[in-house]
This record gives sequence, C-alpha cells and structure tokens, in this order.
Amino acid sequence: MALIASVMNACQGEQEIKKAQFFTNGKSLFATKCANCHGSEGEGLGNLYPPLTDTTFLYTMRKELPCIVKYGLHEELTIENRKFDTEMPANPTLTDQEIAYILTYVGNSFGNDLGFVSTEEVAVHLKNCAATN
Amino acid sequence: MPKNNHNSMNKYLIFVLSLLVWGCGQKGQQRLPILGEREPVTKEVDGKTVTDTLYQTIPTFSFINQDSTIVTDKDFDNSIYVADFFFTSCPSICPVMSKNLLKVLNKYQGNEEVKILSHSIDTKYDTPWVLKRYANKLGVKGNQWQFVHGTQRDIYGIADKYMVYAKEDAQAPGGFEHQGWLILVDKEKRIRGAYDGTDDNQVAQLMQDMDILLGEYKGGHEK
Repeated sequence: MALIASVMNACQGEQEIKKAQFFTNGKSLFATKCANCHGSEGEGLGNLYPPLTDTTFLYTMRKELPCIVKYGLHEELTIENRKFDTEMPANPTLTDQEIAYILTYVGNSFGNDLGFVSTEEVAVHLKNCAATN
Repeated sequence: MPKNNHNSMNKYLIFVLSLLVWGCGQKGQQRLPILGEREPVTKEVDGKTVTDTLYQTIPTFSFINQDSTIVTDKDFDNSIYVADFFFTSCPSICPVMSKNLLKVLNKYQGNEEVKILSHSIDTKYDTPWVLKRYANKLGVKGNQWQFVHGTQRDIYGIADKYMVYAKEDAQAPGGFEHQGWLILVDKEKRIRGAYDGTDDNQVAQLMQDMDILLGEYKGGHEK
C-alpha cells in the first residue's frame, strides 16, 4: 500500500511539474497570441471581445476549447450573461502542444480552475472537431 | 508592437526622442515640441526683414464617420485631438490601441476641447455601419471619438501626413501592415507628439502631454 501511495504521489508530483511548465509556456504564448484582444488579465474588451473569466463556461466547454483556439469562432456566444458575436480568427499554426500550454495557462489563471490540460487531451478534442471544420 | 520597417520613421523617432529628452530639461516651461518638417519664411514687416517658421500641418480632409455624417478638418478646429489608424477586424495591435484610446476618452469625456479621430485603413470592409457597430461594442458614447471611412487614396494619403506607415499587405495579420502610433495634434493642426498606442507608459505620457497642450491654450498665451 505504502509503495502504491508513494508511486501515486510521484505521479501527482510529476503532473504538477508538467502543469507548471505548461502554465509558464502558456503565459508567454498567451501574451503574443491572445492578450491583444482578450486583455493581459483575460478581462476582454467591452462587448467586442469576451473575457476569459467565466469559469463555468470554460468548464462546460472544455472539449470545445482546443477547437475554438485552433479554428476560431464564427457564432454568437453568451458569456457572463452578455452576448458576443465578433468573429474570432483561427490560429492554424498553433501545435497541439502549444494549445495545451495556452489552455493550461488560461484554465488556471484569472480565477479559473480547470486543472492541467495535456497535449493528448487537446489532440483528442481536435480530432473530434476537425471533422466539423 | 508596431511594425517599424520604415526608415524615415526610424529617423523621425530618434528626432522625437531627442526632443523628448530635450523637453525633460526644460522644467517649468510646460510646452510640447512641434514635430515634423519646418521651413523658414522670410518676410518684410514695417521695413524690417523677419524670419518666421512654417510648421508642417495636417491638410484639409473630408471623411464619413460612424453615423454616416461627413467629418472634416473644420470639426477639429477648436480641439486638440489624437489620431490613429486601425481596422475593425485587426487581430494584432488595434484592440490594444482601442483599449488605450478608451482610457483617453474616459479621462476627457465631455471636454469639447479634446477629440479622437480613428481612421480605418480597411476601406473596403469598414463601412460606416461596421464602424458604428465597433464603436458601440467598444462602449464609445457621444461624438468626441470619430471613426472615419474614406477612399483608400485619401486614408493612406493622410496617414503619410500624420507620419504613420500604413499599407495593404496580404502577408500581414488581417491583411494590413501598419504602425500603432497615437498622434497628438494641436488646434493649429500641428503634430505635437507621437506615442506607441500599445505601450501603457507611452499612453500615460500622452495623457500628461494632452494636459500640457490644453494648458498652452489657457490664459490667452500665443499659439
């Protein structure tokens, strides 16, 4: 039991380290790719660009987030009870890993608590939305 | 950050910076430098030869604003104003510039001596209706901040006069290459400052300089 517990601890520790790495890499990518519109604190801009502080939205849309980042968004959204219909441009050059970095950063900043978003998770969700894009 | 691939702009920037440094040494004077080209004009007054300086000014213009109303240089005659060049679907520096101009608007809301003039360089897509939607979504109220639409020739032509580089370029994000300067113009249409609209510190400097410029018109001083 003690062995299993210590192995699990080690795994958790490893994931925490990975999460911290993704978070740091995501922070700099966010600054160059996202912050212009969404603000450096994820505050958004008026009714033009939505804030990234709606924790419930991020939580329920988790599977869609990689697709939104990669392929952009062309439909109306309701975030924090406000409607947003400005088109979000696609970011086709971002790799799965870079998207995981960004989502780990956004998902664990600005009051959000999404936990670690792995490259594998991003790859799975992107496969599902690639069919519709 | 604004793309700075214009040599003359670099030289101009050095000139501006040197003026700013010079300006720092002139405490208590509280006047802004006059930027751009200048030429001496010699004329005869009361039989004496005097030399005056002719400063670069913004020429006359006529554009259509977000309410589909014609806006001309005359509408800015009694105001100092901040000019910039942007487009509504810009994915790069424009949102930050707009956010910062919103700070300027909020500071001077209701002050008729202060205006903002944003020129769209996407002359095909950014019709008055599109500009109106953008202004509304940004939360702009009143008519202090004008968003204008014009022909490509007129908009790009006047960008030159403000010493801002703008060009259609399929390779650039969103299809246009341009600089993010906020240009401060006085009531005589002379350029009094150029600030990086994506840099918080420079935008703070802009607002300080606007106070100084407004101060120049207080108390009946000469222009």
